[in-house]
Amino acid sequence: MARLDAADKKTIGKIENLAESVLKATKGGKNPFVEIPIRSLANVRWSEKKRLIELGTQRQKRYFFNVSMAKKFMQTFLVSEACKELIDSGKTTSIRDLYYMTKHALGETKQNTFEEQEESDPIIEDLEVAVDSLREELHLFATGRGSMVGPLTIRDSGDTIDLRRMGSGGWSVPSIVEEHVVQIGKSEAKYVLLVEKDAVWKRFNEDKYWQREKCIIITGQGQPPRGVRRLVQRMHSELKLPVYVLVDNDPWGFYIYSVLKQGSINLAYESMRMAVPDARFVGLSSFDKLTFKLPANVAIKMNDQDNSRAKQMLAYPWFQAKRWQQEIEEMVKSGVKFELEALSRRGISFITEEYLPKKLKDRDWLE
Amino acid sequence: MAARKAAAKGKAKPAGKAAAKQLELVAVPAAPARRGKAPPAPTKVAKRPGRGAKAQPEPVVVPVPEPEPAPPPVEKERAPRRRATAEQMAAKQREISISEFFTKNRHLLGFDNPSKALLTTIKEAVDNSLDACEEAGIVPEITVEVRDLGFEGRAQGQTEESAPAPQGAPKNVRGSAAGTRLERAGGSGGAVPPDTKSELTKGEGRFVVVVEDNGPGIVKAQVPKIFGKLLYGSKFHRLKQSRGQQGIGISAAAMYGQLTTGQPIRVTSRIGKGKPAHYFEIQIDTRKNNPVVTKDEALDEWHQEHGTRVELEIVANWQQGQRFVNRYVEHTALANPHCTLHYVRPRQEPLSFPRATEELPKEAVEIRPHPHGVELGALMLMAGDSKSHDVKGFLQTAFSRVSATVADEIVQRAGVRGKVRPRDLAEDRELAERLHKAIGETKIMNPPTNCLSPIGDELMKRGLISFLSVIESEGPEENGDSQLDLDSASKKKVPKRGKGKADHSEAPPPQAPEAPKEDGVENIKGHNYFIATVTRPPKVYRGNPFQVEVGLAYGGSWPADKPVELFRFANRVPLLFQRGACGMTEAVVKTDWRNYLLSQPKGSLPVGPMALLVHIASVWVPFTSEAKEAVAHYPEITREIQLAAQECGRKLASHIRKRQHAQYQAERRSIFELYIQEVARSVGKITGRSPDPIRRDFMRLAEKVTEAELKAQDAKLQDMSEKITKRPRRAEQEETE
Repeated sequence: MARLDAADKKTIGKIENLAESVLKATKGGKNPFVEIPIRSLANVRWSEKKRLIELGTQRQKRYFFNVSMAKKFMQTFLVSEACKELIDSGKTTSIRDLYYMTKHALGETKQNTFEEQEESDPIIEDLEVAVDSLREELHLFATGRGSMVGPLTIRDSGDTIDLRRMGSGGWSVPSIVEEHVVQIGKSEAKYVLLVEKDAVWKRFNEDKYWQREKCIIITGQGQPPRGVRRLVQRMHSELKLPVYVLVDNDPWGFYIYSVLKQGSINLAYESMRMAVPDARFVGLSSFDKLTFKLPANVAIKMNDQDNSRAKQMLAYPWFQAKRWQQEIEEMVKSGVKFELEALSRRGISFITEEYLPKKLKDRDWLE
Repeated sequence: MAARKAAAKGKAKPAGKAAAKQLELVAVPAAPARRGKAPPAPTKVAKRPGRGAKAQPEPVVVPVPEPEPAPPPVEKERAPRRRATAEQMAAKQREISISEFFTKNRHLLGFDNPSKALLTTIKEAVDNSLDACEEAGIVPEITVEVRDLGFEGRAQGQTEESAPAPQGAPKNVRGSAAGTRLERAGGSGGAVPPDTKSELTKGEGRFVVVVEDNGPGIVKAQVPKIFGKLLYGSKFHRLKQSRGQQGIGISAAAMYGQLTTGQPIRVTSRIGKGKPAHYFEIQIDTRKNNPVVTKDEALDEWHQEHGTRVELEIVANWQQGQRFVNRYVEHTALANPHCTLHYVRPRQEPLSFPRATEELPKEAVEIRPHPHGVELGALMLMAGDSKSHDVKGFLQTAFSRVSATVADEIVQRAGVRGKVRPRDLAEDRELAERLHKAIGETKIMNPPTNCLSPIGDELMKRGLISFLSVIESEGPEENGDSQLDLDSASKKKVPKRGKGKADHSEAPPPQAPEAPKEDGVENIKGHNYFIATVTRPPKVYRGNPFQVEVGLAYGGSWPADKPVELFRFANRVPLLFQRGACGMTEAVVKTDWRNYLLSQPKGSLPVGPMALLVHIASVWVPFTSEAKEAVAHYPEITREIQLAAQECGRKLASHIRKRQHAQYQAERRSIFELYIQEVARSVGKITGRSPDPIRRDFMRLAEKVTEAELKAQDAKLQDMSEKITKRPRRAEQEETE
């Protein structure tokens, strides 16, 4: 049996309590249930004070003896059991792995406990909130994604890694970057730069921007996964580094920034650990097309989806700042969006040599 | 369409043949149709001068044999000549005999084409047999046999059975031979020659139809008139519930046979033990509407103690007509559960529908007419015939439900003063009209309804069950349409799976195994049918008492995605044609079946695995035509049918709900049982306990929770059904007062 640290013992205790509550209800002749905080837009709120999206207090009861809930109830306990087994044996696995671990036929029927991974993933999130444990604490991880380089030394599972010497590919960010796995060491970095796109990040790496500017560059290849978000948050809080975000000039880019800054609706319960309320949006701004004289032919026309998304964002409480409203309104008004690569129209290294330095120098960012 | 084509052929061919021999059928000039009208006034001239100006002038008018409606020859002059004088025309005007009329208009009687004629022939004979048995108080046993003469001829190469069957020589033997053949009905049936590759007659051909009953028989003197004279019968002049009405049917069938094959109708009848049986061959003199007996023999021996056997040789189309006959036979068995019916078909195993009860239906009593149903002319006629001394007496004796008080009221209201004899009434139109009006205004008790003989709830149910048993066991026939009958019995197995409401039939156990057997559900050959029947109290339309019955059989192996089968009956006789024109269909369509959990496209029959039986019993069923194929749209009748259908529908809805309930219950039980295994194991493992006691606790709890929840569900269903029944109930209220 692997060593159990205090965190693991606590998690196991929570899972056991959940099971005991079911036994108790059954003995008492009551329909057993699991109480789960609701993870939907209706049950999140924007905390202006903390500048975070927080999970509300609404909870739903998932009853065993209710035709529409019985299956999910059963699935919740299959996942619980598997997680307990993982923790007991000191192993960590992917959520896809867990899907296969818990999938089997029901009795003699052709039905399965889970038909698709899409069924088991939300159950895992349900369990996370139900027992108030993070995915990492349940010894689960999602597929890792993201790369990082910079003047920083870390320890990952006991190996010391110098992020100054990662070649062209960079260090790939694991899914679990908690303290017991990744420890952050010595660093000369002055800030952290999160880039939306892998291709743009490669430009920054090749141009040795991080060396020149003394910064850490990291990408989540689109919407950053939990590992990247958590690591950015840790560097922000442990190394006291400011965080800059460089994304496309479109609603999706704004949303990536927004999730990094104050958390997402689905993972609102983890906002505290994931969000960086101080993160700064350096670009691409809707006004950059003027500032940097981008020709009209590099613009992309907004489609209906973009438009409606943009209008939704105008209403979000965390986009109420005047400059943000102007930013989004300008995008809607002009009806065009820009990709980061559009800057290459001005020169292949325009983004690393002129655009970003100028932005930072002018303190031309949004918060 | 095919039938229509056949009809055209059928008319052309046999007519030519028959005309050669047989009492030559004279082409009756159409002129007599104008009889009664004054000869055309001399000024009347052909008034179509402008048309077809190029036609050559035809100067000579052939005076006599020219059929009247020929287009008038066009002449150049403006004023055409007279073509015939009144005298000339008078020469053409003569009486038409009723038989002649029907010779030309056989479609009115249901002999439109050879396939329909086959059915009509059988139907008329069977209806007569059943009526006779019931009137005499004999539990009927009837054999229907169809023989394909062409097929038998080819198959056996013998002459014995072929065309002109009774040669006179094998007289005594004939009847009994046929009899024994029929008794062997369980075996090869006589019509199934072994080891033969011969084909049945394709299309139309000569067939022999035999209908034999164990009825009271017919006295010798009456036989010729009954079978050889149209409009001769016992049922027309009285108000009594019976199948036959006018006395046309069987003689029309005989005439049809005579027209198409030249063969006379052959009748054997015996009225009791110790009495001889008589064998007749009867032809009809179509001009005089009189029977011509061509053979009359006493048989020494006959296998029936009493009864009648009718044989007709006709041109028919078995290939196309058999489905009508099949349906007629099975539906007759259905509506007459007291009757045993044997059915012998060419090249097929004989079928028997055993009776479901030994009890005869209640005897239908003859009644006097009800005053509210009488029309002015009829009233005057009846008054003229009356032997009473005064109007009051006339009213009391001639009508039902007219007591002295009621008669007084009518007389007073009509303002009849002093002593008025009924005979005066017949002559004084004004007075009669006042009396007629007074009758209409007087409240008179409804006619007695004991004269009706419905099938009855219980017997209708038994009839349905035995009908379904035969249908379920019947098999191979190649030409079924989508009907639920003998023809398609074999095909039913296919659509059972899959489509439509198939989840009913596919649910693992059709009925939750532990569910108690539901009331009204019958298991027939492995299929569960829900059967509901309703007999309405008797009602009156235009002074005629009538009674409506509706029965339904739901479920079983019937297709769920097809419109329901509608079986229509009038006085226990199945109505097979003109479904769309029938008042019964209208009433069923107008009923909102969606209230009873069936789907129903707008303006059509509901859809579902169901057969619906509608029966109207009346002393006078208002048919739309002499062929008795559809019932007229009387609002009183429509409403009664709707009420009965609604009552049945409510029973059905409750059954469907129960079934859904049981299904739901079974479903959730199985869900919980499956999940309990899993949860018990997981929870056991997490808490480090043995899963078995946990599982048992779960099971116990599941039972309890399920029960409570089902109760809530039931309450909801109850609510729903109350909502549903609200409307029909209101309708019923206004009806019962």
